[in-house]
Amino acid sequence: MTDGHPVEDKSHFHGVWVFLEHRKLGLRDVSAQLIGEGRRLADLRGTTLTGVLPGHGVDDLARHAIGYGLDRVIVVDDPILETYASRPYSQVMAQLIRRHKPEIVLYGASKNGRDLGGRLHAILETGLAADCVKFDVDAEGNLDMIRPSFGGKSLAHILCKKHRPQMASVRRNVFVAPPHDPTRTGEVVRETVTLTPADVDAALLEFEEFTKEGGLQPEQADIVVSGGYGLGDSKNFAMLQELADLLGGAVAASRKAVDSGWVPKMIQVGQTGMTVRPKLYIAVGISGAVQHLAGMQESDKIVVINLDPKAPLFEIADYGIVGDLFEVVPEMIRQLRALRATGAFVPQAVPAAAR
Amino acid sequence: MDPVTQTLKRVGVPSEINPPDANALEMALQLKDRLGTEVVVLSMGPTSFDESLERAVAMGADRSVLLTDRILGGSDTVPTAYALSETIQKIGGYDLLLCGEETTDASTGHVGPGIAGHLDVPQITYASEIRIVDGKVRARRTAEDGTEWWETTMPCLCTVNFGCNRPREPTLTGKIRVKRGGLVTHWSCADVGIDPKKVGLFNSPTIVAKVDTVRLPSRSGQIFSGEPEESVRKLLASLVADRVIGA
Repeated sequence: MTDGHPVEDKSHFHGVWVFLEHRKLGLRDVSAQLIGEGRRLADLRGTTLTGVLPGHGVDDLARHAIGYGLDRVIVVDDPILETYASRPYSQVMAQLIRRHKPEIVLYGASKNGRDLGGRLHAILETGLAADCVKFDVDAEGNLDMIRPSFGGKSLAHILCKKHRPQMASVRRNVFVAPPHDPTRTGEVVRETVTLTPADVDAALLEFEEFTKEGGLQPEQADIVVSGGYGLGDSKNFAMLQELADLLGGAVAASRKAVDSGWVPKMIQVGQTGMTVRPKLYIAVGISGAVQHLAGMQESDKIVVINLDPKAPLFEIADYGIVGDLFEVVPEMIRQLRALRATGAFVPQAVPAAAR
Repeated sequence: MDPVTQTLKRVGVPSEINPPDANALEMALQLKDRLGTEVVVLSMGPTSFDESLERAVAMGADRSVLLTDRILGGSDTVPTAYALSETIQKIGGYDLLLCGEETTDASTGHVGPGIAGHLDVPQITYASEIRIVDGKVRARRTAEDGTEWWETTMPCLCTVNFGCNRPREPTLTGKIRVKRGGLVTHWSCADVGIDPKKVGLFNSPTIVAKVDTVRLPSRSGQIFSGEPEESVRKLLASLVADRVIGA
């Protein structure tokens, strides 16, 4: 089988790149996590790791990013690039990629990462594998891009053999950010890219940051209490919130609960939602489709509460309770309250440092 | 504003519109309700998709176009975005292209922005609300950390947030329009002028080299059953003993 017409001799392409995402001069978590994996791939390929940072006034951010393991950062500084915008950013990336010919470019599978990667891969006519969970390098030196397959029941190995760069996106929390080394040295290279006012084809009129008052987000929480189809109604999520509050955790949900309209998609865990890796994941009334596993199987401890002893999620449980969630969850709340009332017990995640 | 072209991406189940695309269609129909514009539905795939395209017309779309050709089979997102872009240009006269944010099967979300890249038009992704103000498009975009309001000129492309509205049911008059026929057009690649060397499995940059079954990490798997009070007591004791909770 052949796949695709080669655009250009792939031996001309060298180096691993990571697109560095930022907001308000802060590096996004997913970018730090990608630097760690990019470092591993660059070492495997015996090449360099470059961060690409379009922005405005981002030199400090570039130097900070090096501390996660970059060899160099390409900074493109222009007031037009202060905040992410589809066309200017894709212009910058397309020009830099054509100029330097990296063999691999990694993006966060965030809203902006998909917005950029989707536009860019069509412009560059090269492959882009979404939501990769693992990478490898094959015998011919191609990037083996591993992602949940369409049905979610298996992992597909995606290759982009004849086109370069090989591009892939990765969700937040799939990889763990490497420790930051402020003494690490690397090069900050300032490059210019042709941008005209015509490239500003859309204006950001307003940005309203989500307040944290909506409660702790599942992606940040040490303990996640997640509800599925077994909850039966949106009002029953109040019970999970109560349990989460007692534990200092956050509430999440399976796709079935979201599709049923009980809770917003923002808290969906799984292949088409977010990936979490908390210290404790409590799955309540979730049978455990493989798509759901994709979003939580890296949790340190998994507790499953389900009426059906054959629920697939029990297979990856550290602890499980077979029982009616409408009896089990209130009982958990009752016992946790009682434990807390003794004063000797704070029912929250044990800090990592204490373990 | 006339007409609105609506792209429906691949439909996983023949009789069902990809749910995010149904939200995009509803968004288009709401704009039609307010502004009286034309809504054209576009999809690419086998003729079994007709059922979905007819449903879209019965919901209120003016007409549908299906790009259908054996040589398109196995196309990844690069040829798909290319072929849809060519078809959109053949339909012509569009102001606003709406796509679902992603398919619920492959869920890449790459085709919408890919079309915008091919056509070189502005894009706003993950829009949950779209207004036409002074001939411009204003869209509310949901990012991970907040809500953005973007404004851009037409023609442009927006991808629509999954679940941002409730797609309407087909109407009786809509069904009658479908019965009369002639509102679903089939085009081949040759009809559109799509380069056969740029589409299909063999002209896609990516291939699926192999598929592994998922091996789940083994866990200790202590399962408690019986009286909830006793089960919960054992569970909490285990979590405390493991130093997962408690301090």
